[in-house]
Amino acid sequence: MTAVQDAPVRAAVPPRQRRRRRGVPPLVWAFLLLPLAVELFWVFWPAMNSFSLSFTSWNGVGAARPVGFENYQRLFTDPIFLTALGNNVIWAIGFGGLSVAGGLALAVALNRPGRGVGLYRSAIYLPMVISLAVTGLFWRVMYQPGGPIDVGLGAIGLGELQQQWLANPDTALYAVLIAAVWRQVGYIMVLYLAGLKGRDPSLEEAAAVDGANAWQRFWKVVMPQLRGVNTVVFAVTVIDSLRTFDIVWAMTRGGPYNTTQLLSTYMYQQGFTLVNLGYGSAIAVVIFLLALAFIITYLVRQARAEEL
Amino acid sequence: MRRSPLFHAVMIPFTLLWLAPIVFVVLVALREFDDIAARGLGAFPASLTLEGFATALAGGKLATALVNSAVVTVCTVVASLALAAIAAYALSRYRIPARRTILLVMLAGNLLPAQILLIPVSRIAQGIGIYDTLFALVVVQVGFGLGFYTFVLHGFMRALPSEVFEAALLDGSGPGRTFFSIVLPLCRPALAALAALATTWVYNDLIWAMTVLQTDTKFPITAALLNLQGGYSNSWNVIAAGSLVAAVPTAIVFFVFQRHFVSGLLVGTGK
Repeated sequence: MTAVQDAPVRAAVPPRQRRRRRGVPPLVWAFLLLPLAVELFWVFWPAMNSFSLSFTSWNGVGAARPVGFENYQRLFTDPIFLTALGNNVIWAIGFGGLSVAGGLALAVALNRPGRGVGLYRSAIYLPMVISLAVTGLFWRVMYQPGGPIDVGLGAIGLGELQQQWLANPDTALYAVLIAAVWRQVGYIMVLYLAGLKGRDPSLEEAAAVDGANAWQRFWKVVMPQLRGVNTVVFAVTVIDSLRTFDIVWAMTRGGPYNTTQLLSTYMYQQGFTLVNLGYGSAIAVVIFLLALAFIITYLVRQARAEEL
Repeated sequence: MRRSPLFHAVMIPFTLLWLAPIVFVVLVALREFDDIAARGLGAFPASLTLEGFATALAGGKLATALVNSAVVTVCTVVASLALAAIAAYALSRYRIPARRTILLVMLAGNLLPAQILLIPVSRIAQGIGIYDTLFALVVVQVGFGLGFYTFVLHGFMRALPSEVFEAALLDGSGPGRTFFSIVLPLCRPALAALAALATTWVYNDLIWAMTVLQTDTKFPITAALLNLQGGYSNSWNVIAAGSLVAAVPTAIVFFVFQRHFVSGLLVGTGK
């Protein structure tokens, strides 16, 4: 975390101005403290409350009953929680893997400007501005029996694959995942397009002169230069996976038979539908702990990039 | 630069396939209920009608929901950017003790999974008597988004040329006047990018609405749409029309501000 440590900045300011600026004016303190107070009250204070709530049993009425680690012990024997945890792993790998593969491939294909490239890019960005809830409804329509997915499969001779995509416990999670990937690819492509723009083309020319083919140039010369983007993409993907809620809620609400339950949807059901505030908070704390390492990765990277 | 015909031969069908879900939903939205019931969801429309849109807006209360969404989005974006701008100004141009730590802690707040805030936020909103109001939805989203906007604006303000500030100081301009008459105008590009981005985020939110709202007449469009899905579960034309109504405003923001939007996505990634 060296990048975060204090180091004198703006040392080049002439002494006269530095003296004038040393005392921070009261108005500037107000400028800082007002937003900070809002964030402390609505973000950090609730977050800390979740920790203390997770050690209680509470249905929202009367006083919360302290139960120690009971909620956490219960998690390990709760089959729905374990399903949700497993689904979240599948989700992080599938959602992350597919959107990175798609976004990177498209960024490489659409990197150089040319006729039509702007249109292709816009088309691929477009799903990203549609909300996850609406994306979920769009794809619910797509997956309906007799809908375009089934009709399309029939048209290319794969009619035997037609099924109730969202009602079948074997396919529901993957059906939702595809919809989420459709929306995410554009975002990943934006990140990689920026990364590709920032690379040094002379390195590739040198590699080409040395006889490296396009495939080798990409993996040995371009990819190492995208390391920074890869870190951001990796952290963002995992954090997003753990947060994923809307699209599952819109498409399946965790069903059928909890087969599409993710940690976030199960947490919402426990906390809000069943009003098990203590148990719901324990799941929320687990989500936080799983995200923590990736949050730190992202912060360190940001601090470095901004040369803080 | 010229591309080989093969490039377009691959990209044109791919792009069409990519947009197919949107095109398909438009077609479903324009069909009559009886037509869908008789000929199936995958069939091409026999006739076109706006009946689905009318039902969604009136019967499904989406018209009210759109107004709620507009109010919440405008208030949240304006308040978030205003608060983020003053915080970023203080942190980037003044020697606040531990300012790097403060900035990173603020950013960290935005990276927290919302799940860890939901139950307490709902209880706090009830405790201070703003539960089930649009105001609650605005303040909680302002609090949650602030860290990110502050971080981005901080980076931008720090990069402003220091000569400008020295000149302002010599002119006897105080911190408030410097902020309003110099910093804000110079930050317009960054503010525009963040505003485009924040508009789509706030408008698209579902989880906060489900956390602090209860009455369906107060729901923003996303939450109202899920209600609609319950009420018209087999009227695919109504659901498709409602989804499009919800998607159109952000699509407009995107097309009008595409450049801002894309640069907005990048400012937060250290590129």
